[in-house]
Amino acid sequence: MFNIERWQEIFETLSKNKLRTFLTGLSVASGIFILVILLGFGEGMANGIKKEFEDDASNRIHVWTEVTSKEYKGLNPGRYIQMENENYEYLAKKYEDDLEYKSAIYRIWQGAVNYKTESGSYRIEGVLPDFQFIENAGITQGRFVNYMDQDGFEKVVVIGNKVKQEIFKNEEDPIDQQIQINGINFKVIGVYTDPGGDREESRIFTPISTAQRVFNGANRIRNLSFTLKPKATFDETLEASEQFVEEMQQYLKQVHTIAPDDMSAIGTFNTLEASQRYFGLIGNIKFFFWFVGICTIIAGVVGVSNIMLIIVKERTREIGIRKAIGAQPWSIIGMILHEAIFVTAIAGFTGLIVSMGLLEIFGPYLEIPYVINPSVNFNVALSTVIILILAGAIAGFFPAWRAVKIKPIEALRDE
Amino acid sequence: MIQIKDLHKSYHMGSNSLHVLKGINFDVKEGELVSIMGSSGSGKSTLLNILGMLDEADQGQYILDNVPIKNLNEKIAAKYRNEFLGFIFQSFNLINYKSALDNVAMPLYYKGVKRKERNDTAMHYLEKVGLADWSHHLPSELSGGQKQRVAIARALASDPKVLMADEPTGALDTKTSYEVMELIQGINDEGKTILVVTHEHDIAQMTKRIVNLKDGLIIDDKKVQQVRASEYV
Ligand SMILES: Nc1ncnc2c1ncn2[C@@H]1O[C@H](COP(=O)(O)OP(=O)(O)OP(=O)(O)O)[C@@H](O)[C@H]1O
Ligand SMILES: [Mg+2]
Repeated sequence: MFNIERWQEIFETLSKNKLRTFLTGLSVASGIFILVILLGFGEGMANGIKKEFEDDASNRIHVWTEVTSKEYKGLNPGRYIQMENENYEYLAKKYEDDLEYKSAIYRIWQGAVNYKTESGSYRIEGVLPDFQFIENAGITQGRFVNYMDQDGFEKVVVIGNKVKQEIFKNEEDPIDQQIQINGINFKVIGVYTDPGGDREESRIFTPISTAQRVFNGANRIRNLSFTLKPKATFDETLEASEQFVEEMQQYLKQVHTIAPDDMSAIGTFNTLEASQRYFGLIGNIKFFFWFVGICTIIAGVVGVSNIMLIIVKERTREIGIRKAIGAQPWSIIGMILHEAIFVTAIAGFTGLIVSMGLLEIFGPYLEIPYVINPSVNFNVALSTVIILILAGAIAGFFPAWRAVKIKPIEALRDE
Repeated sequence: MIQIKDLHKSYHMGSNSLHVLKGINFDVKEGELVSIMGSSGSGKSTLLNILGMLDEADQGQYILDNVPIKNLNEKIAAKYRNEFLGFIFQSFNLINYKSALDNVAMPLYYKGVKRKERNDTAMHYLEKVGLADWSHHLPSELSGGQKQRVAIARALASDPKVLMADEPTGALDTKTSYEVMELIQGINDEGKTILVVTHEHDIAQMTKRIVNLKDGLIIDDKKVQQVRASEYV
């Protein structure tokens, strides 16, 4: 390995056979290049899907109601189910130890909002203080609603970033300004951002007590939203959340006189259950890219073996000459392997650096749906280069061994 | 220098076997210039290849410079070839991507000689064969006669005990052949033992001894009055 004479001999051979060296290198470099780009995109897709789940807390349980679909205890199907404050209070109390965040929601779908000359129509949501965490909302100015607002029926609002841009034109500080919703004055106490983007940021939050009183909601609520305290493992958490959903449904069906087998009256969405599916999907995507990647590597190995086979065959006569003038068999095998390893290593690392460089430089700017910041684990990429080098060496060894076994007299025979 | 006794060699091809050498007895003393003649297929090349350790005999005794050559493994054969022998082939067998100088230096590389010394020695032998000015040319840029002279320089480079030439003039025209023979005679004059396989009588007459092979046996072995190639050039 560290024999200068050998290195000189190899550099000479490689530089005097430029085309052969270049083609071998190209096939190795492009194999690595394709693999890294593929794995990078697999990672990017996984990132993209994960992002979809960031807008809400990932263990959120959301409840809504619809009309009944079955006749029960003399009540006709088609009856609209309306949840009320005591439903929320019962559940909040009963599951106090299990719940992490909890909120009831009363909603005005289209609230007419006015500020000075500006106006717009936004969803108004009456919520409880915990709702900030259920929504994954970040406060950029002021604060979110708190229990003092709730208990005092305060007419205060937390507006979305988008609302702020549209109504306040970004010019003024909206905090402590008065806006009118359906003609009633509210004081802005905070601005929030939401990873869900514009759609999620064009809402206005106010205490649910205020919303019910001001917008004639009485004690009606539209939704329940909960998150459960996480357990030790994902599976335990999932199991607990499924059980909670089951018990909650039973309770709601019972108090609202709904047939136990009526599947449509109470709607629930368990993010955890959905995310379990999505994590499965991410796993599948990664598996797919790995599969394609490994196929690429295999193709690369086959390619390198082929090239080695051709190179050795092409050099049979040269090997015969070298042996006739006194080359030891192992020195010839060593020379061929040394060349092969040197070329695949240089080419492999070139492919690695170029592809990782491309991902590093252009990855963050890439705008493809569901692909975010494609990148690749350096160790993984490095291992594949090493695998390819080893494969090239092994692939080169056998033809070299065979060529050396040929008697010089046969290698030198004129065709 | 060379002693062989009762040398046999057969080639096996499937169920057929061809008995090529049928008991050769043959001695060569140091400083001799011997030509091996015979019709095509008589076993000349086979004999030379065995003497050159490029191939192995089935049976018989071979002593080279008092070293019995038997049970050769690849490693030892390579070592002996490198130390004892220099080859000159009909088709030159130069490495086509290496310059004349590098080709001549090759045996020294395998002998473990350092680069600087290797190149000096190689240059010395290229001068000897009159190709000093062509040292950096590739074989493809040389004429047949020049290639063969490079090959001769290469065979001499490791200062072997015996030179083995299988039809060294076979691919050359008459004039060039005589030039090559003149060179070989000059090398022999300096004391090197040389074996030349040929089927050309004029070439054989330029050696000092002619061995005639027929059907795997030596039928004639006589000393001749050497014709100096320089008379023709
Ligand atoms: N590797 C081999 N396998 C089988 N038969 C062979 C082999 N090498 C040579 N022969 C046969 O052995 C015989 C002698 O061959 P050899 O090459 O020694 O002849 P030669 O005297 O050198 O002939 P030429 O003057 O044509 O070169 C020939 O009949 C040839 O066909
Ligand atoms: Mg022959």
